[in-house]
Amino acid sequence: MDFASILIQTLNSLQYGLLLFLVASGLTLVFGIMGIINLAHGSFYMIGAYLAFVLTSVTGSLFTAILLGIPLTFAIGALLEWALFSHLYKRDHLEQVLLTYGLILIFEELRSLLVGDEVHGVDIPALFSASIPLSDVLSYPVYRLVISAVCIVLALGLYFLIQRTRLGMMIRAGNHDRSMVEALGININMIYRVVFALGFALAALAGMLAAPISSVFPNMGSHVLIISFVIVVIGGIGSVWGALIAALVIGFADTFGKVLLPDFSGMVVYLVMAAVLLWRPEGILKKG
Amino acid sequence: MNSTASTTLKLLGLLLLACVPLSGESFYVELAAKTLVLAIFAMSLDLLVGFTGLVSFGHAAYFGVAAYAVALLSPKYEAASLWYVLPASVGLSALAALLVGFFVLRTKGIYFIMVTLAFAQLAFFVFHDTPLGGGSDGIYLNVKPTAEIAGWLPFDLDNPSHLYYFILAALVGVYAFLARILQSPFGRVLVGIKSNEHRMQSMGYLTFRYKLAAFALAGGLGGVAGFLYAVVFGFVTPELLSWHQSGNVLLMVILGGMGSLPGAIAGAFVFTGMQELFASWTKHWQLVMGGVIVAAVLFLPGGLAAVPDRIKRSLQGGGSNE
Repeated sequence: MDFASILIQTLNSLQYGLLLFLVASGLTLVFGIMGIINLAHGSFYMIGAYLAFVLTSVTGSLFTAILLGIPLTFAIGALLEWALFSHLYKRDHLEQVLLTYGLILIFEELRSLLVGDEVHGVDIPALFSASIPLSDVLSYPVYRLVISAVCIVLALGLYFLIQRTRLGMMIRAGNHDRSMVEALGININMIYRVVFALGFALAALAGMLAAPISSVFPNMGSHVLIISFVIVVIGGIGSVWGALIAALVIGFADTFGKVLLPDFSGMVVYLVMAAVLLWRPEGILKKG
Repeated sequence: MNSTASTTLKLLGLLLLACVPLSGESFYVELAAKTLVLAIFAMSLDLLVGFTGLVSFGHAAYFGVAAYAVALLSPKYEAASLWYVLPASVGLSALAALLVGFFVLRTKGIYFIMVTLAFAQLAFFVFHDTPLGGGSDGIYLNVKPTAEIAGWLPFDLDNPSHLYYFILAALVGVYAFLARILQSPFGRVLVGIKSNEHRMQSMGYLTFRYKLAAFALAGGLGGVAGFLYAVVFGFVTPELLSWHQSGNVLLMVILGGMGSLPGAIAGAFVFTGMQELFASWTKHWQLVMGGVIVAAVLFLPGGLAAVPDRIKRSLQGGGSNE
């Protein structure tokens, strides 16, 4: 590989890893704080991508679609938490698996009823449709750089939210000890709702951002879900920064795996997970 | 219910199942055969979920490994010997489970659920991405294995009735085997691990080894089901290892009430029945199925919470569990 292709693959790895971080951060927070295993988290990504497709075709612009999509998915998340997930906190994991598995079936069929089973494309916004030439034959699309930049900004925002705000303090406290937080007079249910809705919106945003490069297709959520599980396992449940490190590791492993070992690309990610499990069964960074 | 009544009920159920081929309707015979295969699969998972307390969300991997093993071990245009491919494919499944179990059993709770799923996905990609098993198109098993021993043919798997009774015999065999295992000291340790692993450890049991043995055993028995599935349908695709398959079998175990072998069989029948019923209403049958699952979790917590009691009673009552 020459320098230009290594640079391209590195940028791709970063972009993919950062996008996965958006999905996995919400998943790990919901695990860590609420103790809920949510199989439907991949569907949230799928919902985001389809929203981007539908709203872009209606409004004609991906920007508008995303601007409308974020509050919409946040609201859907809060509603879902109120209607379904709030009943699961004291149930065992098996029931959580069941309910969220049922939700996946419902979301996929609704998607099939409302939008159909065809593969759809979403246009890259004209502003970012250019490519930066790297050598005579290779170039890098600007839109992928934009995705990475947006993800970095969001990761910083999440860091600020969790480490520097009052709400973040409450979230960290809830992650640590639920009943103590409640005893201090903090409305833990409100925090749960906000965290869940935030996780939903982040996963959906990842789907919206990815829609132009990955296109929009049935069952697109399940692959992302399982990769996000791997990230949460590697990073340590409840650890947002563990998820960031793990997402980047997976981004690089997957991208370079596809280039260097094309026949085994699907497996590389899981082999990395197996290695981490041998080394640290509780993930790189334990909860906290 | 006392144990005589329970035995009578089981024998009646068996008699009923034995009568299916007499109907002569090949559609129903095949559907019943498929359901029996799923029942074996559900029982194998119940050993982990219901008796050992290990919620595996990747059990389809061992089903699929055995199904692929039959297809790959059989010569292309000749029949393989049943007495060679059956133990070989079941053995491969158990071996795969042993290997995966070594990793996944280092984790607990939510981690365990996610990691079993991730390893099943790894197995899925092995068959989906590599040319080993025909990639995403899958592979055909052109000729069913033959039961011939030195020129004598005790039964013929190409005959639908013979195949059906062979599967029914396998179901009874797996049931008896699991029932025996659960009565043994080994099975008692598994149930002890489910109720309190720390206590078992402080009593001196190396629980990891017991769990690993149970995981490999469940994988092998899941392999029996995968083997039969490949023989019934004659083709194998990566979808057999997909996580939907793992989710469905988990659903069967829960529907039947975890920790009950007859329950797992009933769960497989209820699940297939619902699937056929909903599919006859609409092609979006999964929407109805999903709705039923969500509603069951939300509105029937007692139904699921009653399960531990039932396990306790079935253990005390020596097999009675209704």
